[in-house]
Amino acid sequence: MSDTGRGKEKILIAELRRRAAWVRRETLRLHKRAPETRIASSLSDVELFTALYYGGLLKFNPSDPRDESRDRVIVSKGHGGISLYPILADLGFFDKAELGRIGKTGSILGGIPDDIPGFETINGSLGHGLGVGCGMALALKRKGSPANVVALAGDGELFEGSVWEAVMFAGHHRLDNLVLIVDRNKISMLGLTSEILDLDPLAVKFKAFGWAARVADGHDVGGVRRELGAMIPARGGRPKVFIAETIKGKGALSLEKDTLCHIRTLTPEQVDALTEEYK
Amino acid sequence: MNSAAGKKAMRDVFIGKVLKAMSSRPDLYFLTADFGAPLLDEMRKNFPCQFVNVGIAEQNLINVSAGMAFEGLTVHAYAISSFLATRAFEQVKINLSLHSQVRDFNVNLVGVGAGLSYDISGPTHHCLEDISIVNSLPGITLFSPSDWILVEKFHDYALSHNSPKYLRLEGKPVPALYDKRPEVRIEDCFCELKKGEDVCIVSTGFMTHLALEAVRLAGEKGLRPGLIDLFLLKPLDGRGLAKVLSAYRKVITVEEGFVGKGGMDSIVSNLLNEHCPGVRTKALGFGDKYVFERGDRAYLHKLYGIDASSIAALVARMSGRGR
Repeated sequence: MSDTGRGKEKILIAELRRRAAWVRRETLRLHKRAPETRIASSLSDVELFTALYYGGLLKFNPSDPRDESRDRVIVSKGHGGISLYPILADLGFFDKAELGRIGKTGSILGGIPDDIPGFETINGSLGHGLGVGCGMALALKRKGSPANVVALAGDGELFEGSVWEAVMFAGHHRLDNLVLIVDRNKISMLGLTSEILDLDPLAVKFKAFGWAARVADGHDVGGVRRELGAMIPARGGRPKVFIAETIKGKGALSLEKDTLCHIRTLTPEQVDALTEEYK
Repeated sequence: MNSAAGKKAMRDVFIGKVLKAMSSRPDLYFLTADFGAPLLDEMRKNFPCQFVNVGIAEQNLINVSAGMAFEGLTVHAYAISSFLATRAFEQVKINLSLHSQVRDFNVNLVGVGAGLSYDISGPTHHCLEDISIVNSLPGITLFSPSDWILVEKFHDYALSHNSPKYLRLEGKPVPALYDKRPEVRIEDCFCELKKGEDVCIVSTGFMTHLALEAVRLAGEKGLRPGLIDLFLLKPLDGRGLAKVLSAYRKVITVEEGFVGKGGMDSIVSNLLNEHCPGVRTKALGFGDKYVFERGDRAYLHKLYGIDASSIAALVARMSGRGR
């Protein structure tokens, strides 16, 4: 990379970090307004959404969310999609005023995303997104479309058997237009995944099913952009999994230290202190 | 019986229609959960891109079908009905029923083996819950044909209606009932096969063949029960059905499924409660237990009191003429 290229890259990464801090702050504010939202799950994927939507990795069209040429993004861990709300509002998928009304009567934004512009499918029940993504990826291939399918799943979600039916399917059909991002925060509802059903060695499992796998820090937004930037357009005859090593509740220390953080709610005072921090 | 109106397997008729449609409809896909039929060999050979075997994985069958249909393709998802309706229930609920409320797409769940089609295979393969299950899900069309001519007609209906649908196909070959009734359309939902008086039998699927025999047996005793074959249970022309039923005083529902659990009996009695509250009803089907007894379908029907002579005897009792 030339000096100019490196300089531009640095500026972009600084900008992505600023965006990620903003997304984290806005997500916390949404949680303050709607404490039912699963805040810890929505904080571990902030950099993933930030890199995807602000890092130039996806084709999307806010004025026509179902634009045929768009890349399809499936938030299979629907409860972790709260951090996508501010991004979609910022990009113009829906009115920013909706963020102030989350969970209120008549709002389009619920505690779990449903029929919201920018969300490809309705998730919330775990284990569905990858299979539906496989169907989309196969259809896009058969239609000769260059569009990509990106699905985000939680690591606890991988306990669902239906996920592995889809993993087998994608490998067999060589769905190389499909990327699965695993938010590997290592905690499901009741504790550490390693103590519930050990998922490791996770990358090895995917590779054994015919997938290309990469593991990287899911909070290094520059690194996430670099990894996904290479993976999404790649067409090597294999579906691709990006295992993003993350911290559940990232940015809120009380959550980061708590293996039961999935079910924790932050008090308004805690949120205020944290949003001050992410200014 | 001539061959046009002779016995045919519903799945063969359906797949034959799919094969014919595929050459002019490159957007038409047939997915199977590793469940076969002789004609599928031809499909695999002639339309390899439009045929996908997802393996013995009904959950993924539904999810992949949904994903393909969201991309605008028309998808038939084929499996044994007992696994299609129950193994993959939540996939059907979330990705078909729930999504049908917010977008248009075309997935046809083609289940083979309604009721006791797989009689001696036993209770894991009997399908007694599917009407109740599918009836409980908003937005899903529920088709329960009594003959293969309706199945033929339904294929055209399926291609022209953008919605999720469930086809409850009989597993064994059945004779034609509608060969002399070309005017009957799927949208009619039902057909009054016999106009009668006092007692009307409402049946669906394979049971309509037994109900026809029951009408004949009742006729020997001088009784004239009516018979309605209900084939499109959802969306149902409720007013139309209620209008026909209002000419009777008693209704017997006959289905090869559980009763009292939201099946066809519930659909009919809810309708009568609303439109013809004076009509008495009696539901024939299976009670609150699975069928472990071994024997062929005719034996099991007799054992559970839903064979033609038991239906005829009930008609007689309800007419005040029986024991």
